[in-house]
Amino acid sequence: MKEDIKKVLILGSGALKIGEAGEFDYSGSQALKAIKEEGIQTVLINPNIATVQTSEGVADTVYFLPVTPFFVEKVIAKERPDGILLAFGGQTALNCGVALYQSGVLEKYNVRVLGTPVQAIMDTEDRELFVRKLDEIGVKTIKSEAVENAEDARRAAAELGYPVIVRAAYALGGLGSGFCDNEEELDMLVEKAFSFSPQVLVEKSLKGWKEVEYEVVRDRFDNCITVCNMENFDPLGIHTGESIVIAPSQTLTNSEYHKLRELAIRIIRHVGIVGECNVQYAFDPESEDYRVIEVNARLSRSSALASKATGYPLAFVAAKLGLGYGLFDLKNSVTKTTSAFFEPALDYVVCKIPRWDLGKFHGVARELGSSMKSVGEVMAIGRTFEEAIQKGLRMIGQGMHGFVENKELVIADIDKALHEPTDTRIFVISKAFRAGYTVDQIHELTKIDRWFLQKLYGIMCTSKELHKLTIENGQLAIKKEYRNPDDCQSSIVHCQLLRKAKRQGFSDFQIARAFGLEGNIEKGMMQVRQFRKEHGIVPVVKQIDTLAAEYPAQTNYLYLTYSGTENDVQYQGDHRSIVVLGSGAYRIGSSVEFDWCGVQALETIRKEGWRSVMINYNPETVSTDYDMCDRLYFDELTFERVMDILELENPHGVIVSTGGQIPNNLAMRLDEQHVNILGTSAKSIDNAEDREKFSAMLDRIGVDQPRWKELSSMEDINEFVAEVGFPVLVRPSYVLSGAAMNVCSNQEELERFLQLAANVSQKHPVVVSQFIEHAKEVEMDAVADKGEIVMYAISEHIEFAGVHSGDATIQFPAQKLYVETVRRIKRISKQIAKELNISGPFNIQYLAKGNEIKVIECNLRASRSFPFVSKVLKINFIELATRIMLGLPVEKPNKNEFDLDYVGIKASQFSFNRLQKADPVLGVDMASTGEVGCIGDDVSEAVLKSMLSVGLRIPEKNILLSTGTPKQKVAMLDAAKMLASKGYNLFATGGTHRFLRENGIPSTLVYWPSEEGKEPQALAMLHEKKIDMVVNIPRDLSAGELDNGYKIRRAAIDLNIPLITNARLASAFIEAFCTLSMDDIQIRSWQEYK
Amino acid sequence: MTRKTATLVLDDGSMFHGFSFGFDKAVAGEVVFNTAMTGYPESLTDPSYAGQLMVLTYPLVGNYGVPPFSIEENGLPTFMESEKIHAEAIIVSDYSEEYSHWNAVESLGDWLKREKIPGITGIDTRALTKKIREHGVMMGRIVIGGTDNEGESGKVKGESEGEMPDYGSINYVDRVSCKEIIAYLPDGTKMSFPVDTDNFQLSTFNFQLLKRVVLLDCGVKANIIRNLLKRNVAVIRVPWNYDFNHLEYDGLFLSNGPGDPDTCDAAVRNIRKALDGDKPICGICMGNQLLAKAGGASIYKLKYGHRSHNQPVRMVGTDKCFITSQNHGYAVAGDTLGADWEPLFINMNDGTNEGIRHKTKPFFSSQFHPEACSGPTDTEFIFDKFVDLL
Repeated sequence: MKEDIKKVLILGSGALKIGEAGEFDYSGSQALKAIKEEGIQTVLINPNIATVQTSEGVADTVYFLPVTPFFVEKVIAKERPDGILLAFGGQTALNCGVALYQSGVLEKYNVRVLGTPVQAIMDTEDRELFVRKLDEIGVKTIKSEAVENAEDARRAAAELGYPVIVRAAYALGGLGSGFCDNEEELDMLVEKAFSFSPQVLVEKSLKGWKEVEYEVVRDRFDNCITVCNMENFDPLGIHTGESIVIAPSQTLTNSEYHKLRELAIRIIRHVGIVGECNVQYAFDPESEDYRVIEVNARLSRSSALASKATGYPLAFVAAKLGLGYGLFDLKNSVTKTTSAFFEPALDYVVCKIPRWDLGKFHGVARELGSSMKSVGEVMAIGRTFEEAIQKGLRMIGQGMHGFVENKELVIADIDKALHEPTDTRIFVISKAFRAGYTVDQIHELTKIDRWFLQKLYGIMCTSKELHKLTIENGQLAIKKEYRNPDDCQSSIVHCQLLRKAKRQGFSDFQIARAFGLEGNIEKGMMQVRQFRKEHGIVPVVKQIDTLAAEYPAQTNYLYLTYSGTENDVQYQGDHRSIVVLGSGAYRIGSSVEFDWCGVQALETIRKEGWRSVMINYNPETVSTDYDMCDRLYFDELTFERVMDILELENPHGVIVSTGGQIPNNLAMRLDEQHVNILGTSAKSIDNAEDREKFSAMLDRIGVDQPRWKELSSMEDINEFVAEVGFPVLVRPSYVLSGAAMNVCSNQEELERFLQLAANVSQKHPVVVSQFIEHAKEVEMDAVADKGEIVMYAISEHIEFAGVHSGDATIQFPAQKLYVETVRRIKRISKQIAKELNISGPFNIQYLAKGNEIKVIECNLRASRSFPFVSKVLKINFIELATRIMLGLPVEKPNKNEFDLDYVGIKASQFSFNRLQKADPVLGVDMASTGEVGCIGDDVSEAVLKSMLSVGLRIPEKNILLSTGTPKQKVAMLDAAKMLASKGYNLFATGGTHRFLRENGIPSTLVYWPSEEGKEPQALAMLHEKKIDMVVNIPRDLSAGELDNGYKIRRAAIDLNIPLITNARLASAFIEAFCTLSMDDIQIRSWQEYK
Repeated sequence: MTRKTATLVLDDGSMFHGFSFGFDKAVAGEVVFNTAMTGYPESLTDPSYAGQLMVLTYPLVGNYGVPPFSIEENGLPTFMESEKIHAEAIIVSDYSEEYSHWNAVESLGDWLKREKIPGITGIDTRALTKKIREHGVMMGRIVIGGTDNEGESGKVKGESEGEMPDYGSINYVDRVSCKEIIAYLPDGTKMSFPVDTDNFQLSTFNFQLLKRVVLLDCGVKANIIRNLLKRNVAVIRVPWNYDFNHLEYDGLFLSNGPGDPDTCDAAVRNIRKALDGDKPICGICMGNQLLAKAGGASIYKLKYGHRSHNQPVRMVGTDKCFITSQNHGYAVAGDTLGADWEPLFINMNDGTNEGIRHKTKPFFSSQFHPEACSGPTDTEFIFDKFVDLL
């Protein structure tokens, strides 16, 4: 070990975004653990306040600051670390580290890069260097040409021959890249790619080849291992982040597997990695020919997946290797006796499936391609491929029950849907099988290896067999329509079929549906469950032990399977377990914040001497690190699987309130099975979740709420709207397309929305609510004990109501609320807590206009803002809540938000740049993929830090304004004045220009795209990079169409120009950067805010 | 569902029920587990598995089918490790009926049927492996067809009960070793001679001025021969008990092989004679054990052996570590090495001996398989080292 290292700086990855998500919280947390146990001081820079790594006790010093060279240099100057780790914060940290190296900052402050040297990083990141480097050792890469202008791109493409792939160099997860079949497509893509990077790569497309990945580790003594290999279900052409991935590879022979393994090791040695990297290959399905696609010289989403898939903690080991250890010095962290220098042997198969949320966006392109759009992923473990993939398809949580027995998809052209994959591609395959397509036909259209298709076809065959059966009087029987007097199939055969179905991952729900128990599916599922339990068809618990049972494991990393006869765990029946239900796949609306909550609950349970048990299946999380709890069930959060586990585990109780909505939704059904739900009762949860019941309760206790009604005809809707007036918030119960919720400002919008997006009928009613404009939104996050509030935090949105609370910018403590408003909110919260007899975490959202307070929503669980308020206030709300749920005494903390001398701002991260064609506006449906939380002495400082953290830049000189309605224009007036007096050049579209002139603010008139022929054109100015920031406020809150505003907003996103679409947020940001410069921002750690 | 049931019965009476997917016949043998995730065609044809029922811990088997059993000009199979399946049976959790690979010509099940080897699928191979790990390797039998009421008598009705062989007492090496002398050249030339061929007759074979390596065949894997030929030497493959000391040669290579090395005293005697000279000697697996025995060390049986692609070894006295392919049930007792010998590699998981070398003479060997096939190729340099010494 390098003995002279006393302090290490780690760079985090910032807010979660598409292409860079929770996996870096996991890798960073592991690295911090590895370094801390060496007695080395750790400093972390990461503005993502919801992460586990920024929690107390993980790093010694935490800075909630942007991970950019400017701020990192300042932290270095202040902290003077001896070493820096660049590999644990994704591309963000890597790019920042390379910039600091190149500008000489690291040398200036004598900071050593630990692990992989920066030169090796640059050799892998710069395409040309990379190809040259691999040429030196005779390793084949994809033939590509780096170009610096569009003309060269066209020439290169013509030489290579279409189809070609275009990539922006140095970009996150395929940003600005794509396939082009012709020159027209090329021109479009190249322009976009150049906006992300000065260098664009044009390369020959190998569409249809297999995609295989290896995770490789090397120590400074040149010892190498490959920890895991993975095979993409989807062939090359679909970004690996968008692919279903299987580990280990399924269709490679020994010779192929080891050929690629040997190459991976040859590459890692030649490049000179110290730590971990992954090598991605394109592999010819008809020979052993290959190409290296890329090498990532850092921890990645794949390495997080590989760690979870194998039990080998890649980030932990990589951090140790960075400190100078050899692999031979380290132990296998599962067996604790064998060496960390080994390659895991799996005795199961894992399947990763991406989670998309494309339905949340207007106009978004749904095709999958070479850039990433998924917002999260799941990992399913099984002892058959069928079991793993069916589990996984349930885990993604989009209403699917597996490969079969789903609601029928409506697909006009199956051939096209197979050939041009979208987010529903796997279900299109299911549909194609039902429609009679053969494995070969589907293979031709999709290029998915036949082996995978054969296995899926097997699931379909079992489904067809199951459809012939049903349950009658508690026994399996052939359905009447299939009965044949000559047929005397025995019940043993039926049971064997059921067993086979379970081994193939069928859920009780799927079986009940196949049995035609549709009428009362809940009851049907219970019948299936009861029948199979009576016949001994139950899953067994198996351990992931890294060595396929060759050595005993000391950890309890578990999954359930039907391919087995024996449990690996000896259950003691001591009722000492507390089961925490996790939050599942990251999605828009539920991500790392709930992982933080789950981890805090686990830690509290452990500290209090109980056995902590986690059920979760998201490989990107810290809660699925087997070190975080006493038993980890890496499995489904369905009622069926949770009950399977609870029946084995026989716990003291279950916590459903720290994992977001998934566990919350299970509360009632678990309660019906007499599961001990800790904290707030299931009945209370239901009383808060059920709109009617909750509303009635509010009326009863005299608390106001916006008026609403569930309606099932247009006449009723019109009648209700006549009473409450426009605008109204409309929530359909059945969504045809587009977003689920919408605000309608007038009759025309209302009718259009209801016709296009939702069918109103008796069966599918809509909920229409009064929408209160220009109201403040206030959040109450609190913890109560038997109905009495123990701790609370009141925070205030910067935007007015109408922006989803998950997208809003939140200030805590609230800065501009009347004392009376706060008093009322406290009083109402107390009433609600008492009425629902809350024990545990809860969150209430309020509207405040004047001193009028209305309740919009109440969740009897931890909310998204729990880590934010806990960290700003420095009181762990979840620890308190967990202690209460465990029945332990708690004291009211003698500190509250009014004591704080600083303010926290939570700002949202959007990933519109990934979501081609989506309209980047904010509305009542959530669109952000992540968040940051920064602390400052005042609002402006905190706003500036947080907005810079989500990727905005302080504009240099030119700002384009189109500020919407007259009211919004007025709201923006002060900000516009400030800009003008700071010497910014304002460019404004017609109305805004007029308004500014009337108010004596100089601006240059620019024209909308529809005002053809007039100069200057706003769009052209964007394309010519003449604009540094765009403020574009949509006129109203209805869905954006392909209008002028959309074109401007989309262009800003595609050209990577900062865009703000909300007047209040724009004003806050403008005020911040007009009153503070970058150098005014204080470099203070979280620990220094006292 | 017309699958035929099959049952594995272990020596301790425990039973594992599954379905037959290979040839329907009762067999008995030593039950061993292998944790490799690829390479079933190579492992099945590895002569070292003679007499054993091979349990694969990786559950999905058969995915990529079976490559053609084509034979090269020099008599070596293109894709296999010997001329036939040597394992007595294969035991898996989830056999894949359908396969997909450009180089496959048949399914694993069809191949097993052709070679009359049983296969069972549907077994909880993890539970079985844990049992072997706890208990040590055990004899077991596979019975095809119905069973008595499970557990009642612990007995299984089968087509034929057969005698349970005594694995340790059988000279499996003799069963799998070649029966004549075979000479190979890198250019693909091959010629066979009867064992009583003298040096003079052998010299009629044109060795083209190449270095000559005598390969003592205890059940050699084809890839050892391929690896030698690839390094441009002539290989003279001789039966395990053949006294090669009278031959003209430049180096001696001791192959892998099945069973208990204590059944191979004839080989040990011949090797001991060679130790008096200075010609390079290299051994693999059984070869390592025979060399150790010839040098005076003793051999013991491991509880459940090493059969996998992920065994870590460290070169003694260095920071150099290697991932190796292994398949052995016996090991050299490191503390019994003679004064002239020292350990060359040790296993990083359990500290067992993984190779030895002579302190002064060019004799060395490895317990693992540098020829891989199947498994990682990291230690192929062993062949380079040997050939460099010639």
